[in-house]
Amino acid sequence: MSRAVDLAEQVLDLVKDRADAEVVASEGNLALTRFANSFIHQNVAEVGEAIGLRVAVEGRVASARTTTTSRESLEAFVEGALETAALQPVDADWPGLASPAATASVEHADDATYDASPGARAELVRAFVDAGNGLLAAGYCQTEGRTDAFANSAGQSVSGRHTSAIIDGIHQTGTSAGTAHAASVAIGDLDGASVGELAARRAIDSAAPFDTKPGEYEVVLSPEAVATVAVFLGFYGFNGKMLSEGQSFVELGSPQFDESFQMWDDVTDPRAMGVPFDTEGTPKGHLDLVMDGVSKGVAHNRKTAKKSGVASTGNNVTGSESWGPIPTNVFVGGGDQSVDELIAGVERGIYVSAFNYCRILDPKTMVVTGLTRNGTFMIENGRITDAVTNMRFTQSFVDALGEARILGLGDDARFADSEFAPGIMYVPTMRLGLWNFTGGAEG
Amino acid sequence: MTLARLRCPSVRIERPSCPVPHEAAVATLTAMYEYAETAVEGALAAGATYADARVVVSKQEGIDVQNQAVQSLDRSEQAGVGVRALIGSSWGFFATADLTHRAAAAAGERAAEIARASAVVPGDPMQFADVDVVQASYETPYVEDPFAVSMSEKIDLLVGVTKTMQEVEGIAIATGNLTFYDTTKWFVSSQGHRIHQHIVESGGGFDATALGERESQRRSYPQSFGQYEAGGYETIRKWDYAGNAGRTAEEAAALLTADEMEERETDLILEGSQLALQIHESVGHAIELDRILGWEAAFAGTSHLELPNLGTFKFGSDLMNITADATLPGALGTFGFDDEGTPAQRVDIVKNGIWLGVLSGRDSAAIAGLSPGGMVRGDGYNRLPMVRMTNVGILPGDSSLEEIIADTEDGVYMATNRSWSIDDKRLNFQFGTEIAWEVKNGTLGRMLKNPTYTGIGPVFWGSLDRLAGGDEWIHWGTPNCGKGQPMQVAHTGHSAAPARFKNVRVGVRG
Repeated sequence: MSRAVDLAEQVLDLVKDRADAEVVASEGNLALTRFANSFIHQNVAEVGEAIGLRVAVEGRVASARTTTTSRESLEAFVEGALETAALQPVDADWPGLASPAATASVEHADDATYDASPGARAELVRAFVDAGNGLLAAGYCQTEGRTDAFANSAGQSVSGRHTSAIIDGIHQTGTSAGTAHAASVAIGDLDGASVGELAARRAIDSAAPFDTKPGEYEVVLSPEAVATVAVFLGFYGFNGKMLSEGQSFVELGSPQFDESFQMWDDVTDPRAMGVPFDTEGTPKGHLDLVMDGVSKGVAHNRKTAKKSGVASTGNNVTGSESWGPIPTNVFVGGGDQSVDELIAGVERGIYVSAFNYCRILDPKTMVVTGLTRNGTFMIENGRITDAVTNMRFTQSFVDALGEARILGLGDDARFADSEFAPGIMYVPTMRLGLWNFTGGAEG
Repeated sequence: MTLARLRCPSVRIERPSCPVPHEAAVATLTAMYEYAETAVEGALAAGATYADARVVVSKQEGIDVQNQAVQSLDRSEQAGVGVRALIGSSWGFFATADLTHRAAAAAGERAAEIARASAVVPGDPMQFADVDVVQASYETPYVEDPFAVSMSEKIDLLVGVTKTMQEVEGIAIATGNLTFYDTTKWFVSSQGHRIHQHIVESGGGFDATALGERESQRRSYPQSFGQYEAGGYETIRKWDYAGNAGRTAEEAAALLTADEMEERETDLILEGSQLALQIHESVGHAIELDRILGWEAAFAGTSHLELPNLGTFKFGSDLMNITADATLPGALGTFGFDDEGTPAQRVDIVKNGIWLGVLSGRDSAAIAGLSPGGMVRGDGYNRLPMVRMTNVGILPGDSSLEEIIADTEDGVYMATNRSWSIDDKRLNFQFGTEIAWEVKNGTLGRMLKNPTYTGIGPVFWGSLDRLAGGDEWIHWGTPNCGKGQPMQVAHTGHSAAPARFKNVRVGVRG
């Protein structure tokens, strides 16, 4: 029995039959090696355990979290949660606990990554830095290994291990920066040198940028930029709480996107990260969000599912009470064109390596503003001709993916950092017909 | 330091409304110092030339209410020790939630091991500025322990304001929230620091959302995401939630039928909390010395400011006087000492429009040849302390909002942040606010929806020509400033008052 399972059962035993209870226990480690100015300047690791408890005493619900797991601390922790719940008004929407159900038999974990050494991370960083041949490098290499366990008083008990390894960084010239990113369940899959080479190439290629006029451009978005689009769609749109409250743009059953657009959530995909259950113990599976351009489904937890008269999709996360359930194993369907082929189809447009600091102006229209960063290029007559300075955009992400707006999908789908979090978006390069740039980054 | 005078967290467990389980495991203040000392000794024994450690015990209570129903009532607690070790030019940091001497010693050793690994890709020899070695204690002054206020009173307050807002026609979603923080820290360094701090912070707010056919409009009070301050429950009471709920909801509903803001260049009057966020984003982050030195280049970004221009760069108009002041009573970025043992202090950042100061720590300040500013903080025991804003705010002017509007022939007045975006050098920004009003011939006119404005930092600040003061100068608080990898969140303060900027581009939308 893992320590996480033991902790979950301990807490459940302490609650006894005084409440409906669900416990999420996790144990593991997180380590991150950070570099800037081509040296490791911050290098951290932590080990620990954490417990989340939600109790419902005759419909009066309270939750509590702790990192202190001695027996006497857990006793006080449980008593505190029960006392707090007793002070609550009854939650008429309390959906009850998840019934016992098996989870998909997947484990996205790698032993070498679970306890990766600081030396292993440092070597990846060295390879990234060296690939720049003297360019100024900055970024990070992170490894995480965790075991999560869930148990509730209705008899559901599930657990699983998961790992992740990421290297992400930039190389900088005096006038430009280029970015690259790789993520996997296994640290052995990461190649610091090749990631560093791509970042360096983008930095060198964009070393002499010119200001281009804001306006509407055709664009080719790298996987990082597509991940940003997808994460906004997922968090603000395909969110059962936002939909039921009338704040989402999603109209289920409606063709809201170009017919080539496919988007789904699937922790059971061999390429995914994480565990196959959510923080309510609901098994996660395959959830179609968009099929052939038609909005098909949204993420639900038990509360939003009850409200909508459907089953939970297993997308509850910590904080979902306020933010709503969200998809965190998102895939966007790719195509059969290489990046060069996508660019070759563009007469005049912009290639975007990454977006930066994107914020939503209105979830109903999905209008978002943000900037380009770390490699923005002019495309003319089917090839990249020059680098351009960073630009601000103000653009509806739904409109950008609308009918006849997707002009091509790349064959290069991979994990890309969405700016919100790495390891949750697996997306390809995308060619779009129109993107509204509203200003230059530096005036 | 007299231990008996300290407000020991273990005292609070006796309060029925404060069931904080971990406190039963917290033995004594002395034990906490000993854990930190053990961690430091572990690092030194493993070869560190300098080490420091923080034991942090923190608790948080959050209540979210939507449409008169409690959405979540969450209490969390976190306790552990984080130790930082320096070997040669390289740092290592390790944290554990296991508060035992064996685990603390092991944490020190692991921090040293990580520092050695850092040397695989080494930097220049480490400089580390000296600060006075002190043994001291600090506590946030407060009147009402927010964790001792009854749960029913807090819930009733939020249920009441959401009820009031729901009664306004057109309001579909009415939410309210309260959050309270209680953080106790014991800091020990190999140079002899022993510092105990107890920080208490409170905040909350509410908002109303009106839904139209293809739009949503929201109004918030006291500001977007709530107002947070250092202090107890008295900081909640003073904002008169009940007295402002109806007006807030009426404005949200009215926005659905308001005119869209047109794109143009005009005089812009900002409400105080929006100016506070403007300061946070376009000044506060730009003056972080770690950004200026390139340490945040890949993630948060760098800065348009360059150290050779410190003391001469014209950041704004003569009305622009910005300080970073960690000693302001009641402000969210106030404390006694930072997490490197440097005393809280006030630093001039911009004076009469000239850039004079930065936010710094002991290593970054030494590199820049400056005195350490005491601005390094970590989020909990398990995050590496790094340069963070304290209270970065503008000093008050001598005008008032009423006078500024009366003095404006043609412009717009924008209030309460709705969106924020700025580039990685902290130059190009675009903000959206919840609401705006046209200003014509010295009076407020039409309500306008979907207001935005955009600009370039120093150009924008150079156009500042009127600034309010008096009781309109408020220590606005930002409880959600994200930075670093792994991500950490800081609580920062931003004193601000309504102000006017000339010839600003407004109404930008896609």
